[in-house]
Parts: sequence; C-alpha cells; structure tokens
Amino acid sequence: MSEIAPKQSNLPLEYSTKQNQLNILGFWIFLGAELALFATLFATYLVLVSRTAGGPGPEELYELKTVLIETFLLLTSSFTCGLAVYEMRRGKQAGMIGWLIVTILLGIGFLYFEIEEFILYAVHEGATMQTSAFLSSFFTLVGTHGLHVTIGIFWILIIILQVLKRGLNADTARKVFISSLYWHFLDVVWIFLFTLVYLTGMVS
Amino acid sequence: MAQNEKGFPWKHVFGFLLSIILTLLAVWITFSTDLPTNTIITLIVVLAFCQAFIQLLLFMHMKEGESGSWQATMIYYGIYIAIVIVAGSIWVMSLGHQHHY
Repeated sequence: MSEIAPKQSNLPLEYSTKQNQLNILGFWIFLGAELALFATLFATYLVLVSRTAGGPGPEELYELKTVLIETFLLLTSSFTCGLAVYEMRRGKQAGMIGWLIVTILLGIGFLYFEIEEFILYAVHEGATMQTSAFLSSFFTLVGTHGLHVTIGIFWILIIILQVLKRGLNADTARKVFISSLYWHFLDVVWIFLFTLVYLTGMVS
Repeated sequence: MAQNEKGFPWKHVFGFLLSIILTLLAVWITFSTDLPTNTIITLIVVLAFCQAFIQLLLFMHMKEGESGSWQATMIYYGIYIAIVIVAGSIWVMSLGHQHHY
C-alpha cells in the first residue's frame, strides 16, 4: 500500500494515495492517445466517405431513428455513470453499484441497436466491409467504438464484483473512478460519430 | 468515510439536460433548416465540441486533483493532434482531388 499523501485530505477517496493520483493521471494520458487513435479512423472515414464503388452510400443506409436511440442510450448511460461516482463520493456503496448496473444495462441496449444496425446493413442491404472503401472505413470506425463499449461493459462488471467482495477502499474507489472516465470518454467519441458520420451523412 | 459530495447532483443533471438540448439542436439544424451544407456542418461540429466539453468538465472532472492542469493539457494536446490529423487529411486527400478531374 502506498503512503498517504499529506495535503490531500479534502480530496475524494480515489485520490487519497500518491499511487492513485499517478494512476489517474496515467489514465488521462491514455485517453489522449485514444483521441489520436480515433482521429486516424475519423480521418480515414471522412476521406473515403464518397468512395462508394457503386454500392449504397451514407444517405441510403443511415436512419435517424436508430441513430437517435443509440445516442440517447449512450448519453443517458454516461449520466448514470456520473451519478455512480457521485454516490461513491457520498460514501454510498449500494447507490453506486445500482447506478453502475443501470449504466451497464444502457450500454448493452446501445450495443443491441448497433449490432442490429450492422446486421441490417450487411445482411439486408448487402453493404459489407468488402463492398466499398466507404463501408470498410465505416465499419472500422464505428466497430472500433462498439468494441470499446463492449470492453467497458465487462470492465465495469468485473469492478462491481470486486467492490462487492472487498468493499469501497482507496484501491476499489480508484478503479471505479478510472472506469467511469473510460465510459464518459466513449460518449465523447460517440458525439463525434453522431455528428461527423451520421448527421453529416444524412444532410443532403 | 469522507463525504465529498452532498445534496442533489445538480451539476450532473444540468450537464445531462444541456447534452440533450445540444443533440436535438444539432438534429434540428441538420434536417429543418435551409442553410448551405457547409454552414450546417460547421454549426453541428461546434455543437459537438460544446457537448464534449460538458462531458470533460461536468462529468469527468478533468481539472480536478493535484495534476488537474496536466490532465487538461493532455486532453488539449490530444484534441490538437486529432484536429491536425482529421482536417489535414481532408485538406490533402479530398480537396486536392478537384485538380485531377
């Protein structure tokens, strides 16, 4: 166990050790690198979006209703994840776990609609990764985000189990906080998917 | 256990409501206005950045902790890299093509 940092008594539990503070800073550096990763995928998509090779283009595939459902599911899950950290900082373990479970359920709902959307494109509209450069970059970009959401769901689930086993201490509070940063970040990426991929694709 | 938050989470509710309004505003601008396409895209990208900062500041507490300014610097640098990659790629790969047709 790391030594308790002296001046930090007014900071939340997840910042209570020097090691915890470094871990949280390290995770922000990781998020900066994730920004660069998604930027390359966005750049690839935006350059190739008009290369449809005779296959369906964005305006024929995207449906506002599905995209809005996905957006509001993920946005609400980001809100409930924020409430979980809020409850944790009030020392309410049960409230925190409750909101984390709601967050996971909303995340699963988001994935359900996204997988349904992919199946609709690939099976019913014949728009697969192999169809065109536009679709290759679309599935890579949106799929990478979906993979992140999947990882986030399992990550938060495992941390819930650990909190149930060990209770809230400096270690578990830090893990909950860092996973919440990750989840909020996925919503930040989705805002740009929603805007630069879907809305821009549907504007005529 | 120390209590660092008290009362009702107003900051989170405010951020959530603002995110919903910004999302619906972006949809409205895209589908219900007669603005030129470039203007629409510029406006909705500005709205997206506003919403991203709501997440970073109200939900993720980006500037909190002893290294808060470092955390913010990492993200600003990440945003800078992202804009250079995305805008630079479009500039070089898409806009240049017009000269080859």
